[in-house]
Amino acid sequence: MSLVNFTTREITCKIVYYGPGRSGKTTNLHYIYGRVPDDRRGRMVSLATHTDRTLFFDFLPLELGTISGFTTRFQLYTVPGQVYYNATRKLVLQGADGVVFVADSQARQLDENIESLQNLQVNLLEQGIDARTIPTVLQYNKQDLPSDLILTPAELDEAINFRSVPSFPAEAVGGTGVFETLRAISERVLRRLSEERES
Amino acid sequence: MTVDLHPRFTFEAFVVGASNRLAVAAARTVAESPGTAYNPLFIYSASGLGKTHLMMAIGHLATQVSPRTVVEYLTLEEFVEAYHAAVAAGQSEAFRNRFIGVDLLLLDDVQFLADRRETQAELLRFVNTFLEAGRQVILTCDRPPNEIADLDERLISRFAGGLVVDMGAPEFETRLAILKRKADERGMVFQPAVLDAVAGIDVRSVRELLGLLNRLIAFQAVNEGEITPEAAHTLLFGETAAPKREAPEAEIPDQAPPAAAAPDEFAQFISTVGSTLAQQLEAWRMRLREAAVFWEGQGYRPRRILALLEGEESVESESVLETFERDVDRLRELEAEMVQLDTGRAGDAVFHDPDRLAEAETMVRNARDGLAPPPGPSAAWAFEDFIAADSNKLALKAARTVAEKPGALYNPLVLVGPTGVGKTHLLHAVGHALSAAPGALVACLSAQDFLDDLVQAIERERMDAWRSRFRRASAFLLDDLHLLAGKERSQEELFHLFNILLETDRQLVFTLNAPPKQLVGVDQRLITRLEGGLVAPIAPPDRELRLAVIVRELAERVGDVDDALAAYLADRPAESLRSVQGLVQRVVSAAESQNESVSVSLARETLEGTGYAPRRASTGMRTSGIVVSPSGGIRSREKVVWTWPNPADRVIEEVG
Repeated sequence: MSLVNFTTREITCKIVYYGPGRSGKTTNLHYIYGRVPDDRRGRMVSLATHTDRTLFFDFLPLELGTISGFTTRFQLYTVPGQVYYNATRKLVLQGADGVVFVADSQARQLDENIESLQNLQVNLLEQGIDARTIPTVLQYNKQDLPSDLILTPAELDEAINFRSVPSFPAEAVGGTGVFETLRAISERVLRRLSEERES
Repeated sequence: MTVDLHPRFTFEAFVVGASNRLAVAAARTVAESPGTAYNPLFIYSASGLGKTHLMMAIGHLATQVSPRTVVEYLTLEEFVEAYHAAVAAGQSEAFRNRFIGVDLLLLDDVQFLADRRETQAELLRFVNTFLEAGRQVILTCDRPPNEIADLDERLISRFAGGLVVDMGAPEFETRLAILKRKADERGMVFQPAVLDAVAGIDVRSVRELLGLLNRLIAFQAVNEGEITPEAAHTLLFGETAAPKREAPEAEIPDQAPPAAAAPDEFAQFISTVGSTLAQQLEAWRMRLREAAVFWEGQGYRPRRILALLEGEESVESESVLETFERDVDRLRELEAEMVQLDTGRAGDAVFHDPDRLAEAETMVRNARDGLAPPPGPSAAWAFEDFIAADSNKLALKAARTVAEKPGALYNPLVLVGPTGVGKTHLLHAVGHALSAAPGALVACLSAQDFLDDLVQAIERERMDAWRSRFRRASAFLLDDLHLLAGKERSQEELFHLFNILLETDRQLVFTLNAPPKQLVGVDQRLITRLEGGLVAPIAPPDRELRLAVIVRELAERVGDVDDALAAYLADRPAESLRSVQGLVQRVVSAAESQNESVSVSLARETLEGTGYAPRRASTGMRTSGIVVSPSGGIRSREKVVWTWPNPADRVIEEVG
């Protein structure tokens, strides 16, 4: 188990932000990065193209300090959303402890959301991970757009949240819902600590 | 002596910065739900960084959240003084009772525990009481627990078992925020550059910072005019080191660090992570505690598990639990074996301490080595050599049944018959057949050996070992039980052995020279038990059996069998097979000494002519006359006489 190392008393959680292209994964990380006190944030690595699209992935290490005797680290990753970067997505997904699926709330992006969710499931399965068991939360981003362009959280729940995982409406640029999402996934990932050791 | 909480020491008045964010988040969590998240909460920092402030803020918030919460704040010094006073007054119980209703114990400056063992012991008891009752303990210190000199390990582990957080010196932004807030509180207005300049001084503590501010305030008040940055500079930097201005790092310039007033999302995030993690680790600790309690209840020392809990060992908990379980299983095996080997030592503490498994192994090994298996049956006698006849039909059948299904049908099997009819042969044949079974440990010995062994054990005071030696046998076969007549102690031991073996369906076989009821000097308890099995008589050999034995003996000794000679010998009266063998032996010896071939005439001459003395019955009690060594060899065929007969009655038979 990579999550907890009892020998070195370290806990490392790898959380991957997944979702279709332009749904706001990198924006989530940027917002978090902006809120992290200097001494706790590592250097955010962002490999982006000229047009600001994530080519490889973003990586944001968070040092949470010593909690209950364990040095706790969170590693936040994003995957490139574009369809043709699937190899990178698989790579990033390796060893993930939890997944945040950032959906684009725009009505016309619904198909892309579904496609990306299916892609997530396939890529997890390739690593022998059941998409039903890995901690997952959904984020419905861009809820600030005009209401005639977007689906409401309830509609999105209906359309893509068929596993009934926690979902959060968000507006990542302004930061609404970003930390709620992060807290929810962290809790779910950490809860698995005890479950995994029982199995 | 208990100090009231300082009204201004609240969370609102506490300036949060990067250096104390975790501590504040933890403190808030604790204040909101005392006793659940981090217990105890141990806050340490250098002096003057707000430990006491934070601690009192917890007290304030806790009473706000739940007004009934009873908060007790005291410094360690006060705690110690009160304790000593109580002890001096003989009221130490009252001292403890004073804290019974306290929900939140705030203990300041515990670094004074250093080198005070007695106080540490009392505090440990206190902390334990609080933790067990789910009541919150918060401690502050100027150093981490493991750096308090000579602090009891148990206290260190108790402190580390909750949450240990530190607070660093404030960085520039925090210093500036503190200065602004304090200036506001005092109603003072400074030019922005003035406070910037003060915040730029790399102070070690907030107190020092406030000291600088006080000087500015005093200076400004005295001079009745706004102090200029330059004046502040002169006032302050004249004494301190050159200003060390820390430029706030901004790696992404367009996303400035949040202002202190904004809701601290990151702190909340850490708080969430912290409490979730604490719950999970608590679940983990709980499981270990349960395991420890379980094994302790089972009588095994869970030291190893407790060590894990106290964080003294940093290994994977599951593997520790697994190894522990495995070791306990092994200890159980060893103990069970020890019960067989040496009951007296089976209760030894080593069998209940997995950490002393190696010792237990050694102890059992020694016991095993020091304990020879009970004497076994001789391989010289087998069922194949036993000649069946009407006279022994029942006994042979029963013996074969017993050999096939030990302990199932005839238990005990008692073979009864006069001397020399083959009882011993049959007994050993059964023993030999039973030994073939895997794991069988057949004790097969004469009553005399049994007696000798017992006497030796009594002499050497090794009765437990002696008993275990026989009690672990899978079958117990005793020849000539009647020899134990009058030997009360032997009968007593045999009686207990008999019962133990019978209860566990282990086969018992005895030989007797007379039916049980006719035994004299044997305990009635034994007699009735013998009768409870199958008493199989073996009669003196009939002619048919005698003839068969003679034919076999002649074939073995001289090669060819003279039918007339065999018939002649078979017609001779003989009460036992041994006397039949004796006849053949005498004839063969005579033939050898006279250098003649064996014949009827020679036999007649030898047996009926001079030198032949009719056999007279001896008055002594006689054994089967055969001494069998456990290795299977037959040492002597000479009769062994227990009650020495009248010399006139002695008959010396041929010795082969």
